[in-house]
Amino acid sequence: MATRLPKKDVVIIGLGWTGSILAHELTDAGLDVIAIERGPWREMATDYPPNYAQDELRYHIRHELFLRPDQTTFTFRNKMDQTALPIRKWGAFMPPNGVGGGGVHWNAETWRFLPSDFTLKTHLTQRYGADFLPQDTTIQDWGVTYEDLEPHYDQFEYLCGTCGTAGNLNGKIQDGGNPFEGARSRPYPNPPQKQGFGHMLWAKAAAELGYKPFPQPSGNMSRPYVNPLGVRQGPCTFCGYCEWFGCGNYSKASPQTTILPVLVRKSNFSVRDNSEVTRIDRDASGKRATGVTFVDTSGNEWEQPADLVILCAYAMFNVQLLLLSGIGEPYDPAANTGVVGRNFTHQAMSSVDGYFDKAKFNFNPFIASGAIGMCIDDFNGDNFDHGPHGFVGGGYLAQAQTNGRPIQTAPVPKGTPKWGAEWKKNVADYYLSNLKGGSIHGSMYSYRDVYLDLDPTYKDRFGRPLMRMTIDFHDNELKAAAFMTDKYAEIVKAMGAKIVQKSPRKGPYDIRTYQTTHLNGGAVMGADRKTSALNRYLQSWDVSNLFVMGASAFPQNAGYNPTGTVGALAFWAAKAIREQYLKNPGPLVDA
Amino acid sequence: MPRLRTILAAGVAGVALIALYPLGRSLARDSDLQDFAQIERGRKLATSADCVACHTRNDGGKPFAGGRPIETPFGTIVSPNITPDAETGIGRWSDAEFDNAVRHGVRRDGARLYPAMPYAYYTKMSRDDVKAIRAYLATVAPVRNAVEPNQLPFPFSIRWSMHAWDWLFFTPGEFKPDPAKSAAWNRGAFLVTGPGHCGACHTPKNFLGADKTSSALQGSPVQGWFAPNITGDKTRGVGAMSVEEIVALLKTGHNSVTSVAGPMGEEVADSSSHFSDDDLKSIATYLQTVPGGGDKPQAPVAQSDPQMQAGQAIYRDTCAACHGLDGKGVPHLFPSLAKAPQAHAPDATSGIRVVLSGVRSVATDKEPSAPAMPSFGWQLNDAQVAAVLTYIRNSWGGAAPAVSAGDVGKQRTDLANRDSQGARISATQGDRK
Repeated sequence: MATRLPKKDVVIIGLGWTGSILAHELTDAGLDVIAIERGPWREMATDYPPNYAQDELRYHIRHELFLRPDQTTFTFRNKMDQTALPIRKWGAFMPPNGVGGGGVHWNAETWRFLPSDFTLKTHLTQRYGADFLPQDTTIQDWGVTYEDLEPHYDQFEYLCGTCGTAGNLNGKIQDGGNPFEGARSRPYPNPPQKQGFGHMLWAKAAAELGYKPFPQPSGNMSRPYVNPLGVRQGPCTFCGYCEWFGCGNYSKASPQTTILPVLVRKSNFSVRDNSEVTRIDRDASGKRATGVTFVDTSGNEWEQPADLVILCAYAMFNVQLLLLSGIGEPYDPAANTGVVGRNFTHQAMSSVDGYFDKAKFNFNPFIASGAIGMCIDDFNGDNFDHGPHGFVGGGYLAQAQTNGRPIQTAPVPKGTPKWGAEWKKNVADYYLSNLKGGSIHGSMYSYRDVYLDLDPTYKDRFGRPLMRMTIDFHDNELKAAAFMTDKYAEIVKAMGAKIVQKSPRKGPYDIRTYQTTHLNGGAVMGADRKTSALNRYLQSWDVSNLFVMGASAFPQNAGYNPTGTVGALAFWAAKAIREQYLKNPGPLVDA
Repeated sequence: MPRLRTILAAGVAGVALIALYPLGRSLARDSDLQDFAQIERGRKLATSADCVACHTRNDGGKPFAGGRPIETPFGTIVSPNITPDAETGIGRWSDAEFDNAVRHGVRRDGARLYPAMPYAYYTKMSRDDVKAIRAYLATVAPVRNAVEPNQLPFPFSIRWSMHAWDWLFFTPGEFKPDPAKSAAWNRGAFLVTGPGHCGACHTPKNFLGADKTSSALQGSPVQGWFAPNITGDKTRGVGAMSVEEIVALLKTGHNSVTSVAGPMGEEVADSSSHFSDDDLKSIATYLQTVPGGGDKPQAPVAQSDPQMQAGQAIYRDTCAACHGLDGKGVPHLFPSLAKAPQAHAPDATSGIRVVLSGVRSVATDKEPSAPAMPSFGWQLNDAQVAAVLTYIRNSWGGAAPAVSAGDVGKQRTDLANRDSQGARISATQGDRK
């Protein structure tokens, strides 16, 4: 029996990026907000201080900052006719845990999606015809446009202190930036980070091949920064411990370094950490959320009533909580009906390694940051004519070597023995003269047979079904991967590499090896409630006092890291709540 | 940020308070509760005097309800309840009795107060000032909280000994402006030597705990920290900081060279961050004219010294990521060890403490970040802490006595006997739940 707590105006589920943003915006609007976070409170000086933050074994190998699969996990299969099995060790992605969420352990690549990404189906159909689209694809428009989101991309970038070079300022193309990007209303708040020798050499070769290289937009600070909330960050020290690590130097944008210091000073904000929300409660009509039920570490069950529920967990958990709470019609791939679980996507990453002559090339790979790197966007989205190639989508290509960490940086060319004298010689030869992590950030579009639902067999510790992922690559993504990998390899060859080793993404989808933590979709936004769980303001079509943040709203993935768009959508939804919903609570879009 | 349990507790206590409220209000006093101007003046003076700091428990106590252990060199005194509660607070006190306590160190029953209550400073305020503070305190929520203030060991537990102390060291009398000085200087002098009671921490003490007035504000150990020299001395004090930098430090907790933490962090949070800019400028103007110790500059420890060599290596490994190889840090975020006076203070107590325990700077409305430094006590042994501090204290143009492993060991032991709030555990026994 749950103990009922005093009612709040707003309950937020999950205190990562989106939870922090919504909590800040809604407390500013005068509402009394409580956030309920499954993991622990996290602080720089105590949880990942600079005197042991650079511990590869602790954080990278042993997954210190992530959810423990013992607590909850997912089941996985490639195809609908297979039996899914539980993931017992994280591989393809890393579910975050604790205050700050993925914002603690990300690399801080802070991209905007292309304007055409938001109107993808319309755009591709108009340009290439409906028959050109892959069979069984369920790609769709987002219901918002780049122009809608531009002010909110800007808000998120200024919150984070994103470092970069504008490529399109109010419609005017700028030297040194990404000429393909949508128009931005003002420059990045900070100049780009300094780049390493390898990054610059790659950019030079790319430029000589006719591409337009530019520095990766980075949430690792290029200089001290004070954001509009008065919160400060220090300059990045290029220690090379970003991804899967917290930054104890206050130099990586995270909720802790941008927004939480202001939030925790507000008397109308409170937080329950180490508390897992088990369901969103509804009234008898089923159309109104009454709050949430959560369980603390002692097993006590609590009911937190609230007028407004904001679901801000990791994409997969957003979908799971909707399914377990019976909100929205579950997706049925056979009948092609329902929406919750539909349009689930990940990423289709490829890479190219270059092995260089050690007498001539010394890349010092250990001098790096999470979002360091030079990129080209010539092969992303619909920035090039797909007509001759027979696929849609793409990705940015980047020389973005983020580290030279000792345990996992032992580059050896294919054919080298796994151990012994020759392995040692090759590691010694190539540690400094290898360029690994040639990143090809391929998009993954949505398909009818890639989806999330509740597992029929496996249950979590509360007896709730685990979330089941059914996911495999389709030919379209693999063709795109092969094409982009070839293009990338040409650049590495032009740099003067002795050995160029291509690793285009191949099927089947592998749950064991890391790609990115960019799982998307399952509770997508859109203009039509038959094909989306949320309207264009991230409001549930079915329960109007429930809003769902995060990448679960992406109808399909783009060829970028998602956090910039996740942040922009959070500010966009917050604005709609503040300016429209609070004045007249109810559906913001008629359907 | 209230955690849920606290909110619940506060809710229950709130109901109790409302029930008690009329009782607290019904008692006689001659200050006028309708006089907004007087109450507002009293609030500002109470903020200047930072009454709330000592008279509120720092583990979530109700404002002014007392019960906070105050560590003195002679033992621990627990601050009394100064809310208007009739039974356990000062609700039944007359204004004259309140004035007698604040400005003369005499309790309502005629007993002498211990100088942990800084009446030797508050005596600089006028009777009207203190009446205004009383008027303000009469408006705060009454809290029933009985406190046994005197927990000193014998012989200090004998209050009449304070008669002798007062006779020796206490000079009553209101602040007298110096007509030769500017209005700003006089305002600063009043705030610093009066309600601000800066010297209570920053002025060295004699063996009986009284101020050595000849070396006012030249720095003194306090509660396991070293309250640094805040005179106009250019190397040891704040003389090298501009008025604007001193104002920024007191207003926000941070400036381009240093940050505050520990007891001064509380002071900034509760008190000086709420001062007017004019008052802060006045304080800075006055402090810059206070004479320093005039000590001869000392020669730095030689770079070739083995402790300096080891210290440099440790510094580069463990400190430089934030504070920089050049020791300059990042303004308002990571203190400049090259320039912060505390980094080169003759007494290394604060430096040792910060390295061993880590520290969080203060959050203020203007600068909410409250950057924190991790603890290195688990990572560096006493000799290593001593070496890195000796290096910091004698680099970038600074010079200060070397720190020994023994100094560090002594403080490590002291810190082991403090709770997470920094209070001595022995001081709080039987008092904390």
